[in-house]
Amino acid sequence: MSDGSGAGGSTFTRAMQKRRKDLRESMTDSTIEMSSQHDTIQQMLSADDGGVIDEMETIDPIEELQDAENLVEKLQNDREERRRELFQSLEPAEETDVKPIRQKRKPKATSRDIEEIPTIPETIVEAEEGRVKSSDKGAKPTPAKRKGKKSKEPMSMEDAIMSVKTGMVSEKAPGNLNASIRERIKKKMLQTKEKAEETMREEVEKDPDRDFPARKLRGMRARDTITRFDESTILTKEEIEEDKMLQESIAAKSRWKVAFKAVKAKTSHIPTSEEAYDFFTRNFDPEPEEPEKVAAGDQPGPSSPREEEAQPKSTRDEEEKKDEDKEEDETPLLSEHFLYQDDWKDHPSSMRSAEYMPWRYRQEAEKGYYFVPSTEYINVKEKGPAEAEPRYLEDEGFYVGVKPSVSQRNRNLMEHRLLNRDDKGSQWFGADGLIKALPDPLKDMPSRPRVVPNEEREPALQTVYKKAIVSEFDNWYIDGLGDELGGRYQLDVDVNTLIFTHHSLFSKEHVLASRLRQMYDQYLKRKQKDVAHYLTEKLKALRGAVKTLEEQLVNMRHADPDSSTVQEHQHRLQEYKYEIRQTRRLRDYELQHDRQLLLSIIKTWRDIKALREAEECTNTPVRLGVRKEESNKREDEAVWKADIEDEVSEMREEYEEDYQGEIERYKEALIEWKDYMKQKKANKRKKKQQGSRESLEVLTEANGNEEEEPLEEIPKPTKPSYSFNEDEAKQKTRENMCKIRRKPGEPMLTPELSNTAVITPTSDCSKAEQARRSDMLRCKCFVKVLFNNKEVSRTGTRSMTSDFTLHFGDIFNIQIMQWPESVKLQVFETGTLINTLLAEIFAVVPDTQVTQDKVQLESLDFGSDQRVTYEHSAVGSGYTFHLGSGDTSGEEMQLFTQGQLLASVSWGLAEDNTPLIPPSATHANANELGPLNHLDAVAAIGATGLVDPERLAKWVSEARLDPNDPANANLLHMMRDFQGEGGKILKQAAQFFRLEQLQEEFNFVSHEVLESSKRFRLISLREKEVPEFRNYKMVPLIEKEIPDTAFADYEKRKHMEEHGILEEDVDPHRAAVAKFLGKVRERVMARFRAAQHQYSLPDVVNEDQVPDVSMLSTIILRLIEPKRPLRPQRKERKTVTAQNLSGLQVNLLINIERAIEIPVRKSTGRQDGQSTSYGTVRPFVEVVFQQSIKQTSVAEGPNPNWNEELIVPFQAPNNDYSPSNLQGVKDVIYFNLFDEVLIDMLQDERDRATNIHQRMERRWLGSISMPFSTIYFQNRVSGTFRLNTPSVLLGYDRSPDSMSRIQGGNQTNATYISVFITIEPPLSPPEPLKEKFDSNEDEKLLSYAENYQTSLSVKFPKREVTTSVMDINGKSVFVTRYFRPIKPPAILIEDGNNSLKVAVSIIVSYTMWSEYEEPPFNTLHF
Amino acid sequence: MATNPTVFLVMISGQIETADFPEFDDLYVKYNFVFGTDWVITSGLEEGISQVCKKSNDGRGLFAWNFPLEVTFKSTNPYGWPKLVVSCYGLDVFGTSVVRGYGAVHIPISPGRHTRTIPMFVPESTSRFQKFTSWIMGRRPEYVDANVVARGEGREVTRVRSQGHIRVSFNIVTRDMKKLGFDVIPSTLSIPSAATAAALATDTNPGAAAAAVPTANVPTSAAS
Repeated sequence: MSDGSGAGGSTFTRAMQKRRKDLRESMTDSTIEMSSQHDTIQQMLSADDGGVIDEMETIDPIEELQDAENLVEKLQNDREERRRELFQSLEPAEETDVKPIRQKRKPKATSRDIEEIPTIPETIVEAEEGRVKSSDKGAKPTPAKRKGKKSKEPMSMEDAIMSVKTGMVSEKAPGNLNASIRERIKKKMLQTKEKAEETMREEVEKDPDRDFPARKLRGMRARDTITRFDESTILTKEEIEEDKMLQESIAAKSRWKVAFKAVKAKTSHIPTSEEAYDFFTRNFDPEPEEPEKVAAGDQPGPSSPREEEAQPKSTRDEEEKKDEDKEEDETPLLSEHFLYQDDWKDHPSSMRSAEYMPWRYRQEAEKGYYFVPSTEYINVKEKGPAEAEPRYLEDEGFYVGVKPSVSQRNRNLMEHRLLNRDDKGSQWFGADGLIKALPDPLKDMPSRPRVVPNEEREPALQTVYKKAIVSEFDNWYIDGLGDELGGRYQLDVDVNTLIFTHHSLFSKEHVLASRLRQMYDQYLKRKQKDVAHYLTEKLKALRGAVKTLEEQLVNMRHADPDSSTVQEHQHRLQEYKYEIRQTRRLRDYELQHDRQLLLSIIKTWRDIKALREAEECTNTPVRLGVRKEESNKREDEAVWKADIEDEVSEMREEYEEDYQGEIERYKEALIEWKDYMKQKKANKRKKKQQGSRESLEVLTEANGNEEEEPLEEIPKPTKPSYSFNEDEAKQKTRENMCKIRRKPGEPMLTPELSNTAVITPTSDCSKAEQARRSDMLRCKCFVKVLFNNKEVSRTGTRSMTSDFTLHFGDIFNIQIMQWPESVKLQVFETGTLINTLLAEIFAVVPDTQVTQDKVQLESLDFGSDQRVTYEHSAVGSGYTFHLGSGDTSGEEMQLFTQGQLLASVSWGLAEDNTPLIPPSATHANANELGPLNHLDAVAAIGATGLVDPERLAKWVSEARLDPNDPANANLLHMMRDFQGEGGKILKQAAQFFRLEQLQEEFNFVSHEVLESSKRFRLISLREKEVPEFRNYKMVPLIEKEIPDTAFADYEKRKHMEEHGILEEDVDPHRAAVAKFLGKVRERVMARFRAAQHQYSLPDVVNEDQVPDVSMLSTIILRLIEPKRPLRPQRKERKTVTAQNLSGLQVNLLINIERAIEIPVRKSTGRQDGQSTSYGTVRPFVEVVFQQSIKQTSVAEGPNPNWNEELIVPFQAPNNDYSPSNLQGVKDVIYFNLFDEVLIDMLQDERDRATNIHQRMERRWLGSISMPFSTIYFQNRVSGTFRLNTPSVLLGYDRSPDSMSRIQGGNQTNATYISVFITIEPPLSPPEPLKEKFDSNEDEKLLSYAENYQTSLSVKFPKREVTTSVMDINGKSVFVTRYFRPIKPPAILIEDGNNSLKVAVSIIVSYTMWSEYEEPPFNTLHF
Repeated sequence: MATNPTVFLVMISGQIETADFPEFDDLYVKYNFVFGTDWVITSGLEEGISQVCKKSNDGRGLFAWNFPLEVTFKSTNPYGWPKLVVSCYGLDVFGTSVVRGYGAVHIPISPGRHTRTIPMFVPESTSRFQKFTSWIMGRRPEYVDANVVARGEGREVTRVRSQGHIRVSFNIVTRDMKKLGFDVIPSTLSIPSAATAAALATDTNPGAAAAAVPTANVPTSAAS
């Protein structure tokens, strides 16, 4: 509250107090009622107002209204009282009118009345007066007081009744409400009050009549509405008028109520100032008589003065007082909320229940405040401009764009919203009544912001164009940096001609022709080189050199035989001679080659001719002409002769050299032999001398002689004979020359190939040929050019000519930015759908010198492994065909498509003839450019070649490396060494190879120490899995701790094995066998172990089998089969591996089912009463396993049925449940069958009545034992077993029925027991080791045998079929190898042939049983 | 016995700390030690199985087991040095427990605290179809014996897929190793040549030699 209002409030309070004081005084003075009437009324009103205001401030306005009505009612009651008094005094008749109503009212209002009664007397007059006054004021100011009052009376009575009624209704208002809500409301009210106070005060100051409606309300309070009890006719004009006003005020009130409710609904909202204003002004009922004061003093809120007022005055009803008390109680709590501790007094509050308003009312109430757009469809007419028919532009032919799709629902919502606007959203709806969703195409102004051109922008905002930059570290690009692309580089790729040397569409003739052509090319090349001629010349020169050298040598020998020059010359001579030999060999080879070539050219041409004749058509234009050149026979012969002589002399020289060598060798050997002979003789002599000496000495001497004797007998060398046969040599050379040279007098042949043959027109050809030619016409090719693996261009498709050449003649100028890495040409053959890639050809990226003007076409060979075959005469490719005339000269051929592409790659030239070559050859990619390729060893001969010194040397010599280049220094140096040493050193080095070079250095002890150390020996023996040490644990660390006896057993065994030392009582043959067996066992064990260490996937990884059909079918069957089978079967359980077993107790589950044929006790004479009947037995079974003994219960009779499960614990040795360990368990399960016999022990017969004294005896009847391993391997054992029973059981006999059976059948005297034994949890059974041993058998047979075995095992799972067994070498061998013919039984033979035939006929042969489903004998197959 | 030890002891305490398996949840680990024939566990657990752990909700997505390992080995031979084999299992979509990874690591040889990150892997199905069926049936391929991962034998027949990592920390205490001639601590390793050099140095300087003689370790430590 503001200071001003607070001050105003205080002054007002003071004034009021003063007045009250005055009043009290006047009351005590007992002045005339009327005189003080004015004051009292005023007081009363002010009090009343104060109360009203107070309630307004603090409590729910509705309650407040009710209170106000209560007050009105109270006043009316008072008035009534008074009137009754009046009536009683004036007109008693009228009472009848009133009474029933009163009676009616009373029961309802009693409580109220009773409460109110004490206060009434004091207030009656004032209240009535006030009422009248106020009502008058509300209606019209003029009417006389008394009269008005009187005329009003009946009506006011009705009013009273109504008000009572309403009061009753209002009483029902809930009073129990949450304090917190109340507080919140209070706070809000306070806030609004503060605001409203100020505004109101201003308003009131401005216009005091503003609170007129409130007065109306006040009037309404006084009068209330017309009820159905009222009769309008009774009403006076004034009353009608008054009613009218009242109606208005009621309407206003109800409106206000609704509004307030709305406000209430949104409790979280602070009421707007306007609402607050309304709220206060409507209820505010200031005293009109003193407008100034009341306006100030009647400010809502300050309750303290009113409270003070209430104290002296008793006009308050008790209810209100109570409320106030409550308020007072609560104030301390509230006070905390105020800034100043005492402020709470100025902001009183009271606790009221929160309001609940049913939803429908609330909705109703909120209608005016909220707009909830509905989703209903709006008619078009409602939307468009008023009174305008909707136009559909589309129908009129205008272009209407496609509107963005919005769901109908959302569109409706939007339309509703738009329509709700003040302007009805008229500009949003188009002519067609739909929301405009597209820009108007006719609009002048663009709907989007204009893009200002760069130049018009402010300089600071202008953008600058920058070209995208390639990363400068990208060395793909020639110019690297992207901003300076100055260089223009161009590669010219010339794809000229494509020639197929073989094509799938080649006819046979083509094949031959192309061969001919190739050979002819070769011939031309050879001719150009003329190697043979060159070599002949060389030979001549060499011979000349040798001659001169020899002459020089002779001269020099004369002069100075021992000088070094002579030596040197001799050496050189040797070299020359060697070279002559080499050259001659080469020349001979060349000559032979030339001749061969010539011959084959002619032969091929003949073939072609033959083929042309056979086919009766010519396919190729090839024609070979042979030019003969007559030769001078005599000249030829002279040359021939000279050559022969030369050669023969050389041969002789050669032979002589060899002979010299032989002679020398012979001489050496002879000298050796002579020495030997000499020594021999000397020895003989010695022996003779020693003959006379003593025997002992002889012995020693003999030993000594023995030592000497190893001198081997040297045979006398034979002298090599000189036998150079000149004629023979001559003959040889002549023959040789005939082979390789033109014979003397033979004409010189020069083949000339021309393409002049006329190709037979297609129409004259055979059908096959026609088909081929038409195919050929269809066949088209093109070439793709790829630069750095990107297609750059491609030639046009060209069709094949008859000689299978395609001329493209395209030159592609490729402007490049990247370093050229590869230029690839791909040859494609067009097909109907797909172009097939025939070949990829890599063209060489040109050197920097190779420019467009210098380059020559290169022929690039290519090949394809495409396989094509045709039905017509074309030979296809990749398929063999027969070539030749079919008889002798025919040959099988298989050719793949091959060809040559004449193409070139070069650097382009600019218009001014400057080459467009990238600048730097020093670039990292430079060596990829090629010029250095032949200088790079790795590139030239491959990395592997570097290891091979010979190849490297060869390359070095070929490459002619620059010896002055320091880069080559290392290599050349190495090569010099290599050549200088004759390659021997390097070769030796290469032969030497060490796997672990530093093995010696890394041995942590020397080998000797390793050998002698007991510890290491133990470890190594253990590693070898020697049986004695296989499971040796904790090999001691210190040598001393190893007992000396550790190896005793092992050594003993070894010794025994080696020397076959055996016990005496074994005969030597057996011992040898045993030893042999031992060795076999050892070897087998070794192999076995090796096999054990070979794993397959199922050994290592546990993976579920893929469900196949059989598995699925079993699953389906399981679904079908009855749920509770009559004969339940034992289910398979999942096995447990050893690891998961730790902590689990492993038990043997032994189910003793029944026993049959148990012997029964003989009925002896000594029958003690128990076993009176004949043949009684009370058997039970006892199971003994490891340390535990379990037994079944006792059954009765010789064929008992126990069906009892005994659980016997199983303990694996060392608690190791691994399969390998379990295999070795040797424990045995014993089943003992006993008869339990009760023997009466009672001595004294007299005690029999009272005592029982018996002894239980068990008598053993039989037993059976079963090794644990059986159960372990089988996983379960079930069946009926025969018990081992003594043949005679004293005191027992067979029961008569069993006896009869025995006699009837051939049943023996035996007892049987049925048991089922298994292990719980099921242990994983040991893997049946597959014998995968080496075998010498054929792989195919082995696999076949395996298949056979598996197929049989599927068919007959119970049969044991073996195909292979192990032999003594530990290798697997077919069983059949051990099959030997057996002689038929003697009877058959003796009997004559008949029975033998019968026997043979019984044997079913393979062919027979193959007709049946299954073989009758498995082994018969072998 | 303190004077003449015949065995050396390796005491391991540590824990399987965390794991990183990006795709899985609900994992638990099983561990066991694999060691050579000359090794014996004198105290502690050879095998163990941890609680089931869910992935942490933070960005790291870690599994924290903090599963303690405490075991003491006695041995006479460093050959067959113990290995820790960790196999990780988890529930798959259908709630069946399938293996999520195998891994193995040698126990660190030198005393002190070590942290090891073990990469984990599982054997792959032999075929795609098998993979599918195994996924459906919740029976993925597993090693018959988890200790295979600690051995080299028989691994060539399997194909595996990497799955995640497990972090294990070890605190190693050894006893009598040095007395028995096994020096595993780099700081005390004596280099023979250096030792002789040190000895020579002490020879030349008798005063220093006198000081060095009483404690055997001084020359070596000085050398290092």
